[in-house]
Amino acid sequence: MLFKIEPRPDPSKKMKYLSPLIAVVMMLITGLIIFLILGKNPVSAFHAFFIEPVNDFYGLGELIIKASPLMLIGVGLTVGFRANIWNIGAEGQLAMGAVFAGGIAIYFSNSTSVFIIPFMFIAGAFGGMLWACIPAFLKTEFNANEILVSLMLNYVGILILSLLTHGYWKDPNGYGFPQSILFSESALLPILIEGTRLHAGIIISFLAIFIGWIFLLKSFIGFQLQVSGLAYNAASYAGFKYKKMVWFGLLAGGLAAGLAGVSEISGPIGQLLPSVSPGYGFAAIIVAFVGRLHPGGIFLSSLLVALLYLGGESVQMNLDLPSAVTGIFQGMLLFYLLAADFLINFRFKVKSKL
Amino acid sequence: MNIDILLNIFVATIAAGTPLVYAALGELITEKSGVLNLGVEGMMLVGAISGFIAMAKTGSLVFAVLCGMAAGILMSLIFAFLVLTLMANQVASGLALTIFGIGISAFIGIDYTSVALKGIPPLNIPFLSDIPFIGRIFFSYDILIYLSLVLLTGIIFFLYKSRAGLILRAIGENPKSGHALGFSVIGIRYLAVIFGGAMAGIGGVYLAVLYTPMWVEGMVAGRGWISIALVVFATWRPLRVIAGAYLFGGVTIIQFHIQGFGIEISSQFLCMLPYLATIIVLVIISRNKNTIRLNSPASLGTTYHPATN
Repeated sequence: MLFKIEPRPDPSKKMKYLSPLIAVVMMLITGLIIFLILGKNPVSAFHAFFIEPVNDFYGLGELIIKASPLMLIGVGLTVGFRANIWNIGAEGQLAMGAVFAGGIAIYFSNSTSVFIIPFMFIAGAFGGMLWACIPAFLKTEFNANEILVSLMLNYVGILILSLLTHGYWKDPNGYGFPQSILFSESALLPILIEGTRLHAGIIISFLAIFIGWIFLLKSFIGFQLQVSGLAYNAASYAGFKYKKMVWFGLLAGGLAAGLAGVSEISGPIGQLLPSVSPGYGFAAIIVAFVGRLHPGGIFLSSLLVALLYLGGESVQMNLDLPSAVTGIFQGMLLFYLLAADFLINFRFKVKSKL
Repeated sequence: MNIDILLNIFVATIAAGTPLVYAALGELITEKSGVLNLGVEGMMLVGAISGFIAMAKTGSLVFAVLCGMAAGILMSLIFAFLVLTLMANQVASGLALTIFGIGISAFIGIDYTSVALKGIPPLNIPFLSDIPFIGRIFFSYDILIYLSLVLLTGIIFFLYKSRAGLILRAIGENPKSGHALGFSVIGIRYLAVIFGGAMAGIGGVYLAVLYTPMWVEGMVAGRGWISIALVVFATWRPLRVIAGAYLFGGVTIIQFHIQGFGIEISSQFLCMLPYLATIIVLVIISRNKNTIRLNSPASLGTTYHPATN
């Protein structure tokens, strides 16, 4: 061996920021190899995957529409992740946000009140937080593992949405399709920029980045969460209440996911469908990690992961590849990030000949 | 109620529980070494599609099982390399494995969603299978169900009667002492993770080749996560793992029969049952903190590397 691995005396700050970039580069290289194996011209494949979807104004709008729920949920989950509280249930919390807000839109479909939209957001926030309350309560009162509970609730939440769209809330004039009525104008988010589908929901996501920044990096509770995650014993010695952090961590994720659910149904979708999210709740976990659990990083990584979504759709249309490529890229991105983080604490050193 | 219906429910319950038996026993061994692999769902999916393709191409169950195991092992190696060699966070790495597994299995399986496999008939043991009642309860299963019971016996023997099992448990409790005694903590943990991958792979094959038998995107549908919950529920004991797996098999099977009993209930409610049951058993078993603390491997989920200690 020409190199040897040695621990760094202190974790490298530089590597902390470089490692996501290394991960992206490695992901691209592996993607190149995958396209070659599949017998596609890598240049045209890369063009179709990474350039084609965003080479016009409309495409850029689509990118932001996809990034919007990812950054919102990513910031919400980060509150918990920083304290090692693992909310894996954002997908179900998003579905419950959509259920609660969708209910409002359906029952008040004749109303033209301007309060419908705010009412929907309040209901959606409640739905997402309600779903996150369950793992928080079971964790703090019964010591039940929040990863497993929140994950199981994903399936339950999605089944509730499916139950409603197949049954009670099915559009009577929908030819039997499992979908609700199309929302009325008053339950739809306004379009911000003509010529795109950019809806007002993205304002909430941008606000979340801003609020998350202040909350996580400038507030006392943000500090407590961080200490609790880095050194649990130090945090409990300092008297930080772990139970409070469990509630905070899970509810923040639930709130964000619930709001994202509202934005999806009253923005790009415009009605309730059995499935309202192509896995945003899981992809947001990747967004949070690749963004280094920092709102600024999350903003950037949400754009990247959104591009992976668009790229998957694009290669399906242009190259006849399944859009499941997106999942492979997402998984690889997180793998490479976790691997590259090794360089934060270790370094390679050229072996000197004795 | 007809005794035949009850017998059918019983036999179907065993079959429905078997993928969980494999995956949870594998995860049990992994966790006994101190490593928490949350990627079971992903490993099962990749095992399922690999076994399914092998079965569709060759028609050989042995080959399908081997392919599923190999795929599970490959997946587990990615995880092992991340958490054991590169010392990455086990929770995040396991999640990454599941996300990756969902993606890659959907990708590989795209051409196989409408392929139908011939089901594999249960073993027909001369005389024994023909005994009324007894024959149905004990001798009407397929080969992998019997194999899972052999595996269970082997694991109980390994963990509690063999020196190797003692070493594995010791390392799970205290890797530092294990290292000081001269055992390769990392090497042993690699083996434990690989075993978990192979078992999750078989669990996936069972699901796609014998139980359903077909391939649907994401068909594992949370069984990998339920397996992880089962290990907690079983307080890290093999016999309780298998009891729990059949319990969940029963909950799954009840779904199909409850409407037959004339109870009007929508299918989505019934589909929720296994997930709700998982939450309930988790709460019951975790309620007492000491139960968990006394039974879980002490180093579970923490990183250990001789170079940094």
